This record gives sequence, structure tokens and C-alpha cells, in this order.
Amino acid sequence: MKELVVSKIKEGTVIDHITAGRALLVLRILGISEKTKDTILIAMNVPSQKMGRKDIVKVEGKFLSTEELNKIALISPNATINLIKDYEIVKKFKVTLPPVVEGLIICPNRMCISNSQREPIRSIFYVSFDKDVVARCHYCGKKIRDIAEQIR
Amino acid sequence: MKNLISIEDLSKAEILKILDKAEEFEDVALGKRKLRILEGKILANLFFEPSTRTRMSFEAAMKRLGGDVINLTAQEASSIAKGETLADTIKVVSKYCDAIVIRHPLIGAARFAAEHSDVPIINAGDGAGQHPTQTLLDLYTIRKECGKLSGISIALVGDLRYSRTVHSLIKALNLFDAEIYLVSPPTLSLPEEILDEVPNTKIADLSEVITAVDVLYVTRIQRERFPDEEEYKKVANSYKITPDLLINAKDTLIILHPLPRVNEIDTAVDKTKHARYFEQAFYGVPVRMAILTEVIK
Ligand SMILES: Nc1ncnc2c1ncn2[C@@H]1O[C@H](COP(=O)(O)OP(=O)(O)OP(=O)(O)O)[C@@H](O)[C@H]1O
Ligand SMILES: [Mg+2]
Ligand SMILES: [Zn+2]
Repeated sequence: MKELVVSKIKEGTVIDHITAGRALLVLRILGISEKTKDTILIAMNVPSQKMGRKDIVKVEGKFLSTEELNKIALISPNATINLIKDYEIVKKFKVTLPPVVEGLIICPNRMCISNSQREPIRSIFYVSFDKDVVARCHYCGKKIRDIAEQIR
Repeated sequence: MKNLISIEDLSKAEILKILDKAEEFEDVALGKRKLRILEGKILANLFFEPSTRTRMSFEAAMKRLGGDVINLTAQEASSIAKGETLADTIKVVSKYCDAIVIRHPLIGAARFAAEHSDVPIINAGDGAGQHPTQTLLDLYTIRKECGKLSGISIALVGDLRYSRTVHSLIKALNLFDAEIYLVSPPTLSLPEEILDEVPNTKIADLSEVITAVDVLYVTRIQRERFPDEEEYKKVANSYKITPDLLINAKDTLIILHPLPRVNEIDTAVDKTKHARYFEQAFYGVPVRMAILTEVIK
């Protein structure tokens, strides 16, 4: 039996195999801010056989939607999701890249309309895989590869 | 066709359809034949950035087809831009007209406008983004003046880094298997992103390539791109087209320029058999007529 880094949860979502150092970014992607009332367990840079080091996030009492969770693939392609009920894993899956991401990535092009503070607009990016993850802005066509840098 | 936002939204067949239609409208554009197929229709010109040619040629195109045009003055445009959102402006103006032509300083503004409009949107330039009606008229001019569009060889000269006209044109030329030569100062070379999409281009020297190509497409080198006047003058002069440079050019070489020119083409070139930039400006009218009849139903 291996040890759990953080205590067991009765019900909720465990996000495992997060690229080391990106747990806080995962929270941001899931829209979990300092205002949350949920119980969240975070482990960063824990030793992992598969990855050397990894981060883990556990969200107690919540089953996040697959669509929501798949956005994590943008910054952490190897993340796995474990849904827990009664302390047991009832479902396990690897995140897959969503084809379109709305309102999450900030376009690095300063002159792109998606950065307009005045307009009622959300960024839209089309995601594909070409050696690594590439996201293309719906409005200006800019392609970005360092997606983690463009999530704030 | 619902909107015309980017040349990349068009297939080769759709591009050819517009060019064929434009061909039929040429005599109407010249005033030799009257047509009233857009009678009772209204086009709104929304220019948030200055334009003379594009705006006037759209106006001419609409009127030659029997339609009406409503315009914003530059002053109105700037006060709207400070006040309400573009989204609201579009929602309102689209209630007054059957199609909107928009030019705006922000990239993606036309696509965004289309998302808020009840009527078709035609992009007449969105910052450093796209200018598809210019590209269509460039293609039309090449086909008309070279007698073909497929397999031509063309040199793009000048500011290849910032010219939206060049960026749109190069993607379209790629659809027609053009041999593309890039002639620019190193600091104004084509952006990587576009090179990735159009890999079959060659970097070339103006004096060498001028004897080999069917089309010389010249763009303006802007003073603002250079730190000092001396550097600008040196570069600008080395890309200036003069009659001397054209001595060994093909007989059939044509020279195009989106205009306005500053001094990148010597006015003495205007009288040579190669100059086609004023014809190109005229073709803007029949091509925009074709576009209007495609989007206004
Ligand atoms: N009840 C629970 N409460 C909190 N975390 C849990 C619970 N059950 C499992 N986990 C966590 O879920 C993750 C996956 O658990 P599992 O037992 O499947 O490990 P594994 O065999 O290493 O799986 P994997 O191949 O996905 O790494 C681990 O990080 C584990 O700590
Ligand atoms: Mg494990
Ligand atoms: Zn953008």
C-alpha cells in the first residue's frame, strides 16, 4: 500500500499527474478562486514514478464536468481524472484536448479585438496538436504554443 | 456567401465565381451599361479608420448597381468609437441597411461585427489583419492583365512584415500555384507564421528577380518602421522601381501597387507598358460590385 500524500476524500474529483508546478493554474482553469467555499487539497512537486515530480488537486464534494476538466489538457496533457464516491474511485480517465476553448486564454496580440475592455467579448481559441499543443485565436488568427503563459 | 471577413474563408471555386461575376460588371462599372439589380438596397459604410479608395469604390460599386449608400463622417466615427461599443453600433446600423462595409483599427473587428449583425458584413480592413476585397481585386487584375491566374510567377516587394495586403494576397496566390519571390529588407521580411503556411516561397534580390517574373507587386515602405531618417532613405531607395531597372524585364511584366504610393514607384514608370496600378484601382469597382451582389440577397 502506498501512502496518500493528502488525506482521503469521501466524494469528489481528484486530478492526478498534473505537470509539476501547475496545480494553481489548474485551479484557475476550473474557475476556483480564493472566494471558493469548497474544500480543496493541493499537493505540489510530489515524487512520482511516472513523471519524476507531479502536482495533485483534489476537490471535495464536487463532480466537475468532463468538458470543464478537459481544459486542463491545454497545460497538462498527462493529467488523469479520478471521480471518487464513498472513498472509492468510480471513474478514471485521461484528459483530452478540447477543440475549442472560450474565455480562458488571453490573446497575446495587443491589437486583437478579443482584448478590448469595452466590448462584450470572450476570447475563442481553436486547439490542435502539432508537435505540441497549439491554440489559434478566432479573431486575429494568432497561434500560440506557450498556453500556460496566456492564462491569467 | 453570408459575410466576407477573410480571404481564407473562401474556397478557390468561390474566388473564381466572384472574379467571373466582376468580369460581367466591367462595362457597368465604366458606365457603358446600366443595371439596377440592387435598387432599393442600402449599403452602410462604417469606416473607423481613414480610407478614400476603398470607401469610394464601394460607394461607386453600390450606386452603379442602382443601390444607395449611407456613410459615417470621420467625426461621427470617432465620437461613436469613444462612446458606445462596436457591438451596439453594429446592432443599430444593421437595422438601417442591407449590408455593412467596415474598416476598424482592431484585428478581428469585422468578425466580431458579423457576430452582432443582422445583415452581411464586408471587411474593408481590420488593423494589421485582413483586407479580402483588396486581395480579390489584386487577383482579378492579375488574371485580367496576365491572361491567367494559375502558375504565374510574382515578386512581392517592400514591406512584407506589416502589409496586410501582402499577407492576404500571398495566401490566395498559394491556392493558384504561384511561384512567389519575396523581396524586402531583412527587418521587413515576411512573418514566420505566414511562411509556415506558404512554404514554397523564395527570398530574392530585386535586380535579379525583375527579369524573371510575370508580376511585380510593390508595397510602401513606411518611414515609421525605421529608427532614423538616414536608414529609411537608404532602404527606401534600394527598393525603388525606376524605368532603368525594367530594361531587362519580360515584355509582359506587369507592375501592381495597392496605392497610395509615396515614391516606391518612380512616376516615369507610369508611362511604360508595365504599369497597371491605375487599372488595378479601377478593377476595385467591378470586383466590389460582384462582392455586393454575392452578399446582398
Ligand atoms: N478516496 C480518495 N480520496 C482522495 N484521493 C484519492 C482517493 N482514492 C484515490 N485517490 C487518489 O487518486 C489517484 C489515483 O489513485 P489510484 O489508486 O488509482 O492510484 P494509481 O494506481 O497510482 O493510479 P494511476 O495509474 O492513475 O496513477 C491517486 O493520486 C490517489 O492518491
Ligand atoms: Mg499513480
Ligand atoms: Zn487574437
